[in-house]
Amino acid sequence: MVLPVRECELSGWGRYPVQPCGVLRPDRYGDLGRLTPDILPRGLGRSYGDSSLNQGGRVVEMTRLNRILSFDETLGILVAEAGLSLAEIAEIFLPRGWFLPVTPGTKFVTLGGAIASDVHGKNHHGEGSFSAHVLWIELFTPALGRLTCSPEENSEIFWATAGGQGLTGIIGTVALQLKPVSSLWMEVSHHPATELESAFRLLSDPDADAPYTVAWIDCLAKGKDLGRSIFMAGHHRTEKNLPKAKAPRSKPLIQAPFDFPSGCLNALTVRAFNGVYYRLNGRKRFPFLSPMDPFFYPLDMVGHWNRIYGRRGFVQYQSVLPPDTAFEGVKAQLEEISNAGAASFLAVLKRLGAAGPGHLSFPTEGYTLALDLPFRGSETVALLARLDTIVLKGGGRVNLCKDALLAPESFRAMYPRFEEWLAVKAQVDPEWKLQSSLSRRLRMKEGA
Amino acid sequence: MMGPDMNEGDRPLAKLALRPPRAPHAVSGLSPSNAPVLILGATSPMARGLATALAESGHSLYLASRDVEECARLASDLRVRFGATVFHGHFDAEDLESHLPFLGTVVETLGSLEGVVSLVGTMGTDPATLDSQAAERIIRGNYLGVVSILGACAKHFESQRRGAILGVTSVAGDRGRQSNFVYGSAKGALSLWLSGLRNLMHPKGVRVVTFKPGFVDTAMTYGKPGIFCVASPMDTGRAMGKALVGGPDIVYYPRMWRLIMAIIQHIPERVFKGMKL
Repeated sequence: MVLPVRECELSGWGRYPVQPCGVLRPDRYGDLGRLTPDILPRGLGRSYGDSSLNQGGRVVEMTRLNRILSFDETLGILVAEAGLSLAEIAEIFLPRGWFLPVTPGTKFVTLGGAIASDVHGKNHHGEGSFSAHVLWIELFTPALGRLTCSPEENSEIFWATAGGQGLTGIIGTVALQLKPVSSLWMEVSHHPATELESAFRLLSDPDADAPYTVAWIDCLAKGKDLGRSIFMAGHHRTEKNLPKAKAPRSKPLIQAPFDFPSGCLNALTVRAFNGVYYRLNGRKRFPFLSPMDPFFYPLDMVGHWNRIYGRRGFVQYQSVLPPDTAFEGVKAQLEEISNAGAASFLAVLKRLGAAGPGHLSFPTEGYTLALDLPFRGSETVALLARLDTIVLKGGGRVNLCKDALLAPESFRAMYPRFEEWLAVKAQVDPEWKLQSSLSRRLRMKEGA
Repeated sequence: MMGPDMNEGDRPLAKLALRPPRAPHAVSGLSPSNAPVLILGATSPMARGLATALAESGHSLYLASRDVEECARLASDLRVRFGATVFHGHFDAEDLESHLPFLGTVVETLGSLEGVVSLVGTMGTDPATLDSQAAERIIRGNYLGVVSILGACAKHFESQRRGAILGVTSVAGDRGRQSNFVYGSAKGALSLWLSGLRNLMHPKGVRVVTFKPGFVDTAMTYGKPGIFCVASPMDTGRAMGKALVGGPDIVYYPRMWRLIMAIIQHIPERVFKGMKL
């Protein structure tokens, strides 16, 4: 049977840009092998910008291909179709003592999406990014057909796919190594940092280090308070006799019911929120027990939280800077945001460990700053261009799965391994049948 | 009140009273424990909802469809998620000769059989075709094949004097419309057949359910304009699981469709024939 196509206006999680795409949604695994090679894979649509869009073309929504094929109870190896969400994995396997080795800030992403964006989590400095825990994948490539790729077999294709934004083919099946945990509790401690320097000190301090670390930044704080933040550190509790904790929910607790008016998140409301948040959380100096949901996925509690930014949407800007330029670079970015009066509701600073082998994988050693900025037309475009300049000067890079506005030249300067990636692309899809809005915007086809 | 020991002859007027004849005894549906169930057409998204609901409550399952590889995937999913006992095998509704041996294999594999659900069905390339061969394929796939296998199951259940049969038909079978009447006529015929089977099986303790889904979010409706009151296939499957156990004999899902179809059925033909539906 020919799969029906749903023509619709599609966007990423940031709801900017919005583009017309034809969406296919297969129910059977066998359908994947029959798709034409110009169809871009898409998971739960949690990438922010245009990496899962294909303007005027087709995308295949993988969410119904989410069957678990096998699970090795002794080794913790999960084999599943790529449309399986991390939320379901956590829900099913946490009660059996296994958790995701790496998890991003939302659990509503698919396995395939997590690999294509090579997501990282609060434990990147210890555990690396998501692809480091993937044992093998089955990839449907435009030119070479169905391939099994792993760090050993077809390794170049594997590492071009990890972080490859879906441009090497459709990931069909994934084998993932889960991590054993002995309780559903996290032990968390908060340390307030009055300004940026102490935040950096906490993030790099080996004494304050923990398997999971992150710093929330109040990016509206100015002057001597610039970079005021709360450093959060957590680890899994291992005692057996703890009270029962709730396993992560597979559905959000509440839903944002409609698009909020666009100005709802302005400097005033965000400043008020940040002030309260800083004071409330800064007080929790002693380690406390926390279930997994509020620690790993605080925003997942509100379904469709992207509606809070209103109809015009928002852009997320995430950059990483190497350790020696990070402090100056982050400071310059925060000053830029603060001067522009752009209210970033969510701002997060985190230390990343060594880069993985993925050609276009985002994480590299250093410090990463992630900002959510309401989209306000040319004003936002100009601000992001200024931020790009700062990041380029510091030798850093921007995360492609969040980006919506990066220029082609900046992309090439930020991703020096693009040439290696192109060599693999020439192998799996020499005619560039498989493209996305992102690949066209960055003019990837034109070469390095 | 009329007790069971009272003779009808004692109250001559009772014969004239307008009340429905009492059913001789209640028919119990699928026992809620681990009764084995056969699911035909198991690769449909609704079948996944049903299989998930049944596996979760401990039933052992036999999944059958033309696409064996797909069945195997669903079976392993249910095994890992719920630790359920799940078998799978090849079944082609259009190959009528294979049905009896197939049922034999299923009963042998499962040990016994207490429930069967048929989700077999196809829209074909054109559900309103006037081509005789295409129409035959639709009628075979939606009606003849289902009658054959469910008839065989009914015989089996009759001999063991318990069991539950659920046939998935469609609201398209309630009134013929120009957009899909060949498909609709086959589904409507199946609804009639199920109604007769229910009548036949009632004294034998076998429950027969006619399940009529409205719009369900599957490939049949995906991306089509003018789709409303859509149910998720997982919820629809769960509703089938419930209908196997008890409740009304004819189930519309979502329930709103009962009202919609009541209205559509009552439009006078004189008006209906001029409508674009």
